[in-house]
Amino acid sequence: MFLTISTTGTPERPATDLGFLLHKHPGKAQAFSTSYGTAHVLYPEADAERCTAALLLEVDAVALVRRGKGKGRGGAPDAALAQYVNDRPYAASSLLATALSGVFSSAMRGVCKALPERAGQPLPLRIEVPALPARGGPDLVRRLFEPLGWAVTAEPVPLDLRFPEWGDSRYVRLVLQAETLTLAAALRHLYVLLPVLDDAKHYWVAPDEVDKLLRAGDGWLPEHPEQKLITSRYLSRRWSLTRQAMERLELVRLAETDDSEVEEIDNAVGAETETEERPTPLAVQRREAILAVLRQSAAGRVLDLGCGQGQLVQALLKEAQFTEIVGVDVSVRALAIAFRRLKLDRMGERQAARVRLLQGSLTYTDSRLKGYDAAVLSEVVEHLDLPRLPALEYAVFGSARPRTVVVTTPNVEYNVRWETLPAGHARHGDHRFEWTREEFCAWAGTVAERHGYDVEFRPVGPDDPEVGPPTQMAVFHKKSDVKDKEAKAA
Amino acid sequence: MSTETAETLKQGRVLPVTDLSLVVLVGASGSGKSTFARRHFTPTEVLSSDFCRGLVSDDENDQSATGDAFDVLYYIAGKRLAAGRRTVVDATSVQPDARRRLIDLARQYDVLPIAIVLDVPEEVCAERNAARADRADMPRRVVQRHTRELRRSLRHLEREGFRKVHVLRGVEEVENATVVTEKRFNDLTHLTGPFDIIGDIHGCSSELETLLGKLGYTDGVHPEGRTAVFVGDLVDRGPDSPGVLRRVMAMVKSGNALCVPGNHENKYGRHLKGRKVQHTHGLAETVEQMEAESEEFRREVREFIDGLVSHYVLDGGRLVVCHAGLPEKYHGRTSGRVRSHALYGETTGETDEFGLPVRYPWAEDYRGRAAVVYGHTPVPEATWLNNTICLDTGAVFGGKLTALRWPERELVDVPAERVWYEPARPLRTEAPGGQDGRPLDLADVHGRRVVETRHQGRISVREENAAAALEVMSRFAVDPRLLPYLPPTMAPTATSRVEGYLEHPAEAFEQYRQDGIARVVCEEKHMGSRAVALVCRDAETASRRFGVEGPTGSLYTRTGRPFFDDPSVTEEILSRVRTALDESGLWEELATDWVLLDAELMPWSLKASGLLRSQYAAVGAASGAVFPDVLAALEGAAARGVEVTDLLARQSGRAADAAAFTEAYRRYCWTTDGLDGVRLAPFQILAVQGRSLAGLPHDEQLALLDRLVEHDGSGLLQTTRRLCVDTADPESVQAGTDWWLEMTGRGGEGMVVKPAGALVRTEAGRLVQPGIKCRGREYLRIIYGPEYTRPENLARLRTRFLNHKRSLALREYALGLEALDRLADGEPLWRVHEAVFGVLALESEPVDPRL
Repeated sequence: MFLTISTTGTPERPATDLGFLLHKHPGKAQAFSTSYGTAHVLYPEADAERCTAALLLEVDAVALVRRGKGKGRGGAPDAALAQYVNDRPYAASSLLATALSGVFSSAMRGVCKALPERAGQPLPLRIEVPALPARGGPDLVRRLFEPLGWAVTAEPVPLDLRFPEWGDSRYVRLVLQAETLTLAAALRHLYVLLPVLDDAKHYWVAPDEVDKLLRAGDGWLPEHPEQKLITSRYLSRRWSLTRQAMERLELVRLAETDDSEVEEIDNAVGAETETEERPTPLAVQRREAILAVLRQSAAGRVLDLGCGQGQLVQALLKEAQFTEIVGVDVSVRALAIAFRRLKLDRMGERQAARVRLLQGSLTYTDSRLKGYDAAVLSEVVEHLDLPRLPALEYAVFGSARPRTVVVTTPNVEYNVRWETLPAGHARHGDHRFEWTREEFCAWAGTVAERHGYDVEFRPVGPDDPEVGPPTQMAVFHKKSDVKDKEAKAA
Repeated sequence: MSTETAETLKQGRVLPVTDLSLVVLVGASGSGKSTFARRHFTPTEVLSSDFCRGLVSDDENDQSATGDAFDVLYYIAGKRLAAGRRTVVDATSVQPDARRRLIDLARQYDVLPIAIVLDVPEEVCAERNAARADRADMPRRVVQRHTRELRRSLRHLEREGFRKVHVLRGVEEVENATVVTEKRFNDLTHLTGPFDIIGDIHGCSSELETLLGKLGYTDGVHPEGRTAVFVGDLVDRGPDSPGVLRRVMAMVKSGNALCVPGNHENKYGRHLKGRKVQHTHGLAETVEQMEAESEEFRREVREFIDGLVSHYVLDGGRLVVCHAGLPEKYHGRTSGRVRSHALYGETTGETDEFGLPVRYPWAEDYRGRAAVVYGHTPVPEATWLNNTICLDTGAVFGGKLTALRWPERELVDVPAERVWYEPARPLRTEAPGGQDGRPLDLADVHGRRVVETRHQGRISVREENAAAALEVMSRFAVDPRLLPYLPPTMAPTATSRVEGYLEHPAEAFEQYRQDGIARVVCEEKHMGSRAVALVCRDAETASRRFGVEGPTGSLYTRTGRPFFDDPSVTEEILSRVRTALDESGLWEELATDWVLLDAELMPWSLKASGLLRSQYAAVGAASGAVFPDVLAALEGAAARGVEVTDLLARQSGRAADAAAFTEAYRRYCWTTDGLDGVRLAPFQILAVQGRSLAGLPHDEQLALLDRLVEHDGSGLLQTTRRLCVDTADPESVQAGTDWWLEMTGRGGEGMVVKPAGALVRTEAGRLVQPGIKCRGREYLRIIYGPEYTRPENLARLRTRFLNHKRSLALREYALGLEALDRLADGEPLWRVHEAVFGVLALESEPVDPRL
């Protein structure tokens, strides 16, 4: 909520010209009211040699929280803003950017009545932002400002000196210096890049925000090497994050009850899902392998247990063999995404009658799931704590008892082949365990024996001679069913 | 009919009608069915086709609406019968097709179909119809047809499936008849015992005598008037089936026992009646032993078996006894299907590796309130599952003969004297459902629900809240068997008007004073995270009582998540608490081998490190970085003569607030190494074996816990400081306030004020808040932000709304109490889980999270 802009000068071109360029008199402290608090402009130093303008935004944190009236958490539009404990009053965020554009609007446009010719000329500039929230750290700060002609000094601020083991905070102390930029360009850089670095999910982006970005980015954004990141971060605040928070307020509250962050528990849907779907080849191979098993087993009525965002359901719908497809997931958010992906509300009646999405949990028995031909648990078991696994086994193999069960799970041995995966890391943050081939076989064997199934194993993906395939698959067939088939064959 | 005498005719016929039945009135239009129904049954018992015709078409005589009208009639009748209510159908029902639909309906709900025929002369019917405006133009042929069809039907009614048929001939007999309600044979709800329910005996006469002796019976009679109840399978396989029969029959005859039939009696009974049955599964032994008995005895046995009722509902409906178990929808019902289920149970159609039928695990699905006690399937140990228990512990296979004392729910057993008969398969090592199983069903928690509580009536859970709870419970919580309780949220004290304070103890004391609570206990609020600890004496106890293999308890957060990812850390904490329990002698004193503790685990940073770093420390870091520059700039401007006095003062104040905030959160953080530095402060013993301690006064609670802490040599446990206050005594209230000021002045989190009596109601009977928190002024910076104490902020923050929070706190409290009561009563897991799940679901209700 604080930054300074300094320049140096000569008797011919005094530094105090900055006051004209900014349209703010160096001899006064001026206050302007903005929608989030009062902005002050004042000059700690102002003489011919050096002149510094300071912009101080006094954020009204309580008003920030209480702004909206509505349901839930004080009516604030999203999670972070609803906290009374908030870095907004201290950090140079998009609120400061908004204040900047309000207070220095003429300067930003490069208009100066008193010194019209100076407005278009470069001047020596030094900008200091003592607490800049920077997701991406000093490195990204440099990548964003250096291409624009700034000399960048960005030092990370430690979280708490009392607890050095906590490391650095997400704030940097930023100093920008340039000789070749106009004041208007400098202000426009700040106006766009402060919120981009902040990348916080914190205020409603108005529909005209695209136009604002185009205006402020005129002349520098199109050529910027990080243009894509800047644009997507600047605009991504608009929809997904705020809407998510609205959708899952119940989970937000449960996280708060436990003094944890909502991301810790509302993580059933991977981060990549917010963007375009880019199916990794392995996911496609897995789906193909599952479909092959289901086709072979002549299943008509199929359960996708842990259907996530409905990719498999979508694939099943394309084949007429599958007359009834039920996607089950415990995450309401995942189901909502699946619903949108499948366009269930716009699907024809006949097609829609083939598919249902249900919230359910595999740690409970569920009478709705009884009597199906096949059930798929693709990349599901590893999301359950091991002590809860017997409950899932019972719910699927003991209670629902479909004729065929397909289970896929990562083969941990293969992890050494993933170059990007640090040694010892699971493939997904929520994986509670990852099994070797031997562990998976042992588990599947016990389950099959206990519940009267036969089990066979198939590799999915390239079967590495040393570490096996990336995904392992077990196919279970109910025993009495196997006998029936044999009898028929005979 | 032929046995009727002229006298009974004059006095009027007496028609016995079973209390739960489908009564079908049969008679032509105008025969007086509606009048008869009005006279003998309550208005809501009677469903008339005319009325239903009116419902769907606005015209009771619109024949084109008949199809829809009967759909409605069948639907309502079905709902009534499912709920166990007698239903009388007032329609002509003169055609076999119409009656078949009703008989099917009765069978579907397993109730007796009863026909009452009103055989009134055609002329009378026609006359009556003519006198009614709405039926005046009904053609004569309609009544003629009705009468013809009725006559044709009369002989076939019993064959059609009616279990009782009453035919009233003529107007006079219809007028004079009276209806008496008869109880079902299986309805012995008026008998309250106490009972001793005895499992499958299979001819083990000697073991039976030993068991009866152990239960206190002398020659079949109990000195305290207890009643024995036999679950059947008295005969076959064992050495002395006649001896068992003789004993049981004598006890039943003298009123000292009840007996339900098992499949083995049933088969032997058929043999005695001369039917052809296979002499397998031990029947050969019985037949051979009975050969030595007199013809007279065999006749008595045949009559005894013939007279057995498939199951009994006892003790006001709290207890159901039958041989093979019975789902709730069959309790007290009467049909062939019910009898068959009671005798044989239900099978899945599959056979196991020993060639025996696989039984459908009905008990897993059982959600009824009545306890079902049964036998039939030999198990090594009798264990409760969902309020059902199987008492067949394989006496004849060398196991033991088991009895259940009711209502005490105590098990008494005697070992078999030897293996009398080799089992076809080994005794199953698990109770039905299995030790792994004890499954919870989604229907127990999903969707909109209403939970019945003892202390606060019906509490509803909304669908979206249940959905969120399901997500957290399934993905993050500990095993539900080790999660018998979740702590309720707590309301803060009413907002203070004292300058500089948002919360202050004065309001809390005043609130309790107004509730009529004089003695309250102030307990220091620990600076950690809420933790619930379930501590079992050993792994064996955990297995026996909670059905888990391995862990000896659990330690979890307010949303049921384990505190530590590493189970060995949890076990280490449990073991330290266990040692303190050992040393303090509390196991013996509380007569338990497990305890459930409500506690605070410190430091807060242990659990909330993510939040601390991303939110609290972040604010500290940002403010710490920015203010030196801000103040320097302002001082620079001031030195230049710019007027910034106010602004500078304000920013200095904000800098000081931010520094105070940083100090406030730092108090909740300290570095731990393994368990070094970790502390647990228990402040309530919630429950022990057989008892909820939620009503134990807090001073007694704390005295017990002080002893626990005293006997902890590991440095883990910490006491809770407390002070008693009399809310009616200003001096005492002042002392309480001073205590709080002193504690929070040193940076303490605050205190919780609780009624000393723990679980108390107002004079008007309203449940009182179990605690009110008064949080310290500095602590509240973490909640309301660094600058909340500034007058302009305080003024705005004071308009906070507490009602929803208070209501939520009470509802969650009642659900928590309910969970503890259900746990203490040994109720099935799903019942405990239902209440616990309710607490979690309510936690996701929209309420100001700062409260």
